Formats: sequence, structure tokens, C-alpha cells
Amino acid sequence: MPYQYIICDPDKCTGCQECELACSVTKHGMFNPLLSRIRNVRIEPVVMLSVACKLCEDPPCVISCPRKALSQDPETGIILVDEDLCDGCGWCIEACDFGAILLNPATKRVEICDLCADEDEPQCVKFCSKEALYLATPEVVAQRARRDAVTKLLQELVAS
Amino acid sequence: MFAYTGRILHVELTNQTTRIQRVDEDFLKKYVGGVSLAARLAYDNTPKGAGPLGPENALCFATSAFGGTIVPVGNKYGVAAKSPLTGFLGDCLSTSYFAAVIKRAGYDGIVIKGKAEKPTYIFIDDDVVQFKDAAHLWGMETFQTEEAIRGEMGDELVRSCTIGPAGEKLVLFANITNDRGRQAGRCGLGAVMGSKLLKAIAIRGSNPVQVADPDRLCAMALELGQSAQGTKTEKYRTLGTVANVLSLNRMGVLPTRNFQEGVFEAAEKVSGEYMHEHYTDKAVACAGCPIACEQVVSVKDGMYKGARTSVDYESLFALGTSCGLDYFPGIIKAIELCDRLGMDTMSCGVTISWAMECFERGILTKEDFDGLEPYFGNHQAEAALIEKISRREGIGDLLAQGVKRASEKVGQGSEHFAMHVKGLEFAGYDVRGLQTFALGAAVGTRGPCHNRSLAYEADTHGEVDRFSAGPEKGKIAKEKEEFAALLDTLMLCKFIRGCFKDLYEEAAQLYTLTTGIEMTAEELKQVAERCWNLKKAFNIREGWTKDDDWLPPRFLEDPIPAGTSKGYVVKPEDLRVMIDAYYKARGWTLEGLIPKEKLIALGLEDLAPEIGV
Repeated sequence: MPYQYIICDPDKCTGCQECELACSVTKHGMFNPLLSRIRNVRIEPVVMLSVACKLCEDPPCVISCPRKALSQDPETGIILVDEDLCDGCGWCIEACDFGAILLNPATKRVEICDLCADEDEPQCVKFCSKEALYLATPEVVAQRARRDAVTKLLQELVAS
Repeated sequence: MFAYTGRILHVELTNQTTRIQRVDEDFLKKYVGGVSLAARLAYDNTPKGAGPLGPENALCFATSAFGGTIVPVGNKYGVAAKSPLTGFLGDCLSTSYFAAVIKRAGYDGIVIKGKAEKPTYIFIDDDVVQFKDAAHLWGMETFQTEEAIRGEMGDELVRSCTIGPAGEKLVLFANITNDRGRQAGRCGLGAVMGSKLLKAIAIRGSNPVQVADPDRLCAMALELGQSAQGTKTEKYRTLGTVANVLSLNRMGVLPTRNFQEGVFEAAEKVSGEYMHEHYTDKAVACAGCPIACEQVVSVKDGMYKGARTSVDYESLFALGTSCGLDYFPGIIKAIELCDRLGMDTMSCGVTISWAMECFERGILTKEDFDGLEPYFGNHQAEAALIEKISRREGIGDLLAQGVKRASEKVGQGSEHFAMHVKGLEFAGYDVRGLQTFALGAAVGTRGPCHNRSLAYEADTHGEVDRFSAGPEKGKIAKEKEEFAALLDTLMLCKFIRGCFKDLYEEAAQLYTLTTGIEMTAEELKQVAERCWNLKKAFNIREGWTKDDDWLPPRFLEDPIPAGTSKGYVVKPEDLRVMIDAYYKARGWTLEGLIPKEKLIALGLEDLAPEIGV
């Protein structure tokens, strides 16, 4: 069963950064994009997208960790960080193709999106005013994309 | 201390020194932030009679309690200095990442004085302030400058405010730009920066912002964010402010061809609806905003293919309808040029539309315009003039001084249609058909401004008879000013104002949850009133007299020729009555001065000696 992760719809994302603030306050009780596990990328003037852990299968971050501090929860797919083992070396950050791993400047430990395991739902999704963020499996993402593509292609038929 | 840092950074460019001024909770509660705090810093740090473009003029930035937090639309900064256009206080605000980063670097405000020896930019990296050579940036456009600084720092979290070539050349309505296309637009603060040879302020801030009660604040923020998806912000989310074009046209108050008319025959072709259909790429948000009103547009074909900018109503009216342009790509190009060159679109557009009228009346000729023929609607001449202004080249040198000075130099009756108050060019509302705003525009401390006086709202929303001018308008104008002053002080974007049931009550709650400082609705009302009086006191110190509160002759003498506001003027005797009633509502003297008791009541008694009471 493929894992669910945070998806961002670039057409809906306005670059407002509220996801970063929601994340940092949820995890650290304070506001700072540098403490957020989801990060907004804004390439002016119109390209915007937030990026968080994609819960990869055979995650490169886990494989790259020399101290075995990272592991993947087989049920949820969440990457777990053992704070005692992690020494903040940053190899996992280099290994991640999406830049989805945060090195906390204060604790010198890495932090990775855990889909707000302690909350009723991911708080970035909850605070996303434009509903650009949602939780889904790759299959659901593909379903949506297929549907959009087919709808566009056969616009007249769909409308009739 | 929560949310605030209690620190003001003072930067002295002349000898490249810095110091930290500590401010306590009492001070912060009194001035709160934004425009109010920036105005206080400007009052304290700019000596009486300072030349606006001299080293003594202090350029003062202030963030607010909400900056860097999750409070929606709270990432704004105020910036104030003595305005080179008006000679009075120029108080501006702008939005987005740059505001939050001031706070995260550890400052509630930044005061910049002196003059650098050569083109310089300052880089504030949390506690470390560096003075850096800007020779390679001098002459660069605004967006380019921002990218160049980010590139050389190698960190996209470095945020800058910059000036463009217009600020360097001391165009009196040059602006300050941050985060690509967000501007502290009016009053010529970009020229103040240019006069200091300061090209940019770049900041990297890494500190978290802590608030007193994160749980309850988040709950309130979430609710506000959700209500900001509702009908109260629909206009801003769908068409943006350009939705005003057709509604003002219907009311016969859409400034057309330099305010000669209030109805533009081609309004459909320059409307928000038309723009949305043909040019809008996406609506994007400032940092921390759930509304997303910024309409990014581009031209896909024709002579201006590739032009790209954000369009707001005020830019559209000034460079569009007021210049008689019915070709939308021409308007987009003009706005883009102003943004890139670093000039206020409003002052620039109103000044060019005056020049166009001078050309059509034969007061200025083709020779005066270096061969251009700027009749109304000539978008190519307009674009050429914008570039000339930014370089102060030929006729551009005259127009770069704004419409007041240009008309005084040209004379020949052109003062009659120089559309300014106190030297600041008019906002996009024909006040002959909006008589409450006629008052608001006449008495505004920074000039005729729809952002400082929401009095137009009373007229356009049908709260009052928009054609009547009686003494009852005095109190309304005061209240509308204070509502705006509160938003500008808390630093909440005005576009969310409809989402509050009771702004004063809810804002007080937000403020207390954020800062831990007890604040009541009543106290916030006083904060707003104090802010307005403080700005007024600055002006009084600089020699303001009652005569400065008045309107351009066109509004008083030329009736609107057609449309639903046809036949109306602002009668001078009516304006006098409204202004007198306004002074009374404010508790000022008949001469419009602040009496000592008022200063004492607002806790501003320390200003008394300097303003002669």
C-alpha cells in the first residue's frame, strides 16, 4: 500500500507561506520558516509550490545515513529520526532530491515531516487558505492528473 | 517580551556606524508599530526644517506586532521620512517577506540617517550590519537589483528593499520596492534613499517570532483566513482592485484625461473584467496573506509582447484612464516601466496626464517634449516620457519634480489642472462626485490619499449622500481616517477589513494574544487618534498652515461634464464648512492646530514646545 504524503497544487498555491508558519508553530511553538518541515518555493512572478517529505519507497535519506539514525515506519511510511543517533551531519539532506529535510539550527538534528502524527491532521493542510495542499497517495495524485488531462482533451463531451 | 524585539536599529551612513535603541513595552503599546511607530521615529530623528533630500532626514522603517506571525495579512512594514514632494511627513507602507525579515533579524524598526560617501547598500545579517559597495548595482532596475543581491549572497532568504534608477536620479516621486513589485509607493521616499546614496537594504533574519498565546492566536488566525475566502474579499480575490474601473465609471467619478471627465468611453476595454479575460496569468499573495489580490498580467502579442507586471486600480487609473489610454497593453507596459525604474505609478501618471493636457492646450509644444506628441491616449509617448522622467532627461527633468512644481514653472494657467494637494498627486477618485472624500483628500496629512482616508468608502458604499457637503461630514472623515490609521499601525492589510465584525474589539484581542500586552478596543481607538495627531504635529512643525488643506482649482470650478455626476463641483464654501467641522471633530483649533489639551489627552505632550503650544 503506497504511502500518503503532502501534495501541493501549483495552480492553487499563491506563495503565501502560511504552511511554513503553521508547521513551525505546531512543531516548535514559534514562527520561523527556518523551523518548518514544509517549505514554499517561489520563483517570481508566478511559480509557487510548497515541498515536504514525499515518503519515498526505499528512501535515499534512510540509506544515506551513516549512523542509522533514520528509519521508515513500515505502516505509515513516515521517516523517523532517532535524535540520539542523529548528529546533524547532513548527508540525508544531500541525498533528498526534494530538499525536504530540515536541519534545526538550534538542536543540530534533522527534522522531517511526520504528517503531524500528534495532531488530527497535518496543520499545513489545515491552514492552507487556498486548499492547495492535500494529503494523498501517488495513485490518487495520478488519478486527479488523468482526470484533468482527459477533461481538458474532451472538454466539449464532458460539458454536454 | 513577545512578538516585539524591543530594539530599534540606528544606522548612520556618513560614518558607517550603528547603534541599538532599546524601547520598552509602554512605548510599544503607545505606538504599536507600522505607520505610527515609523512616524514617531521620524519625528524624533529628523530635526525641524531638515531638507528632505539632505543627510539629516531620517528614513524610518517599522514593523509591527504581527510581522512574522501567522496573523493573516500582518506582514507589513511602515516607512516614513520627510517627503521631498510635500515637505511634510511622507508615511508609506509595503508588504511581504521584507517586513517579516526585519522582525526575524531582531528589530522593531530601523532608522537610517546621513549620507554615504559612494553608492552603498547595507546588509543586515541578524546582529551584524555591513556597509557594502553598490557601484555595480548603481543604475540597475529594482527587480534586477533584488536578484543581484540575492545572487551574490547565495541565499534566497535574503530579502531586500531597493531603489531603481529613478531614486538614484532623485525623481521626487521615486519609490522603494521590495519582494518584486511590492512598493512603499508614495511621497518620494525612494528619492530620500537615493539622496543618501543608499541603493538597497538587504536583510537575512533567522530568529523565530514567539507570541504570548500561540494556540488561541492560531485559532483566530485560522478563522480569519477562512472568512477571507468569503464574499467580503471576493472582489480582491477575483479581479483585484481593478474591479473599481467599471463601478467608478458608472458613478461618473473615474478620473479621465487628467480629471477633465468622470466617465471614460473606453472603460470596458481597460476594466478588471477585460484584464482578467485577456492578460491575467495568476493571482498571487504577499507573504502571510490568505487573500491573494496581486494580479500578475502579461502581454502575449503585439508591440508590447513580453511586458509583465502586477496591475492595481490606482496604477491603472493614473497611467491609463487619466492619460486617456484605451489600449490595455500600453497600460501594462507603462506600469511595468514605473515598477522597474522605481517610480510611483500614481504620481507619475497624474503628472504625465497634466503634461498631456498642457500639450493639447498648446501650453507645451512638440519642441518642449523633445519631438514627442503626447496627446491623450498616446501610449508610446507615455512610455517614452516615463523613461525620460526616470533619467531626468529633457522634459523628464521638469516632470520628475511632480505636478505641483512642474505647473508652477510652466504657469500659463496650468496650475488650474495640476491635480495635487500639498504637492502629492491625486488618487483615482473624482471628488466632485464623492464629496466626503473631497474633505478627506483636502485634509490628509500626506496629501490626497484613499489609503489614509477611507472617506471615499462612505460615498461609494452609499453610507451617505455622495453629492452633499455638510458639516456632518467632518466626523465621518475623522472616523474613516482613524479606521485606516489603526490598520496602518497594526499593519493589517485593508483588504481584510470586511472580515472583522468589530475591528477594534477583534484587533485588540489579536494584539493581546500576540504580544501578551493587555489592550482594549478603547485603547486602540486612542492609538489610531494618536497616530493621526502625531503625523499632523510633524506637519505643523514643518510649517503647515490651514491653506495647505484645500483642493485643486479644477474640482472647485469645473463641473463634471457628463455621466451620473454631471454638473457637480466641490463648492469652496461647502469645503470650508466641511473642513471647519472636521477640525472641530478632531478637537483642533479653528486654524486646524492641535491644542495642548489634545496633546496631553493623547500622551503626546512632549511635542508641545516644538509645535508652539
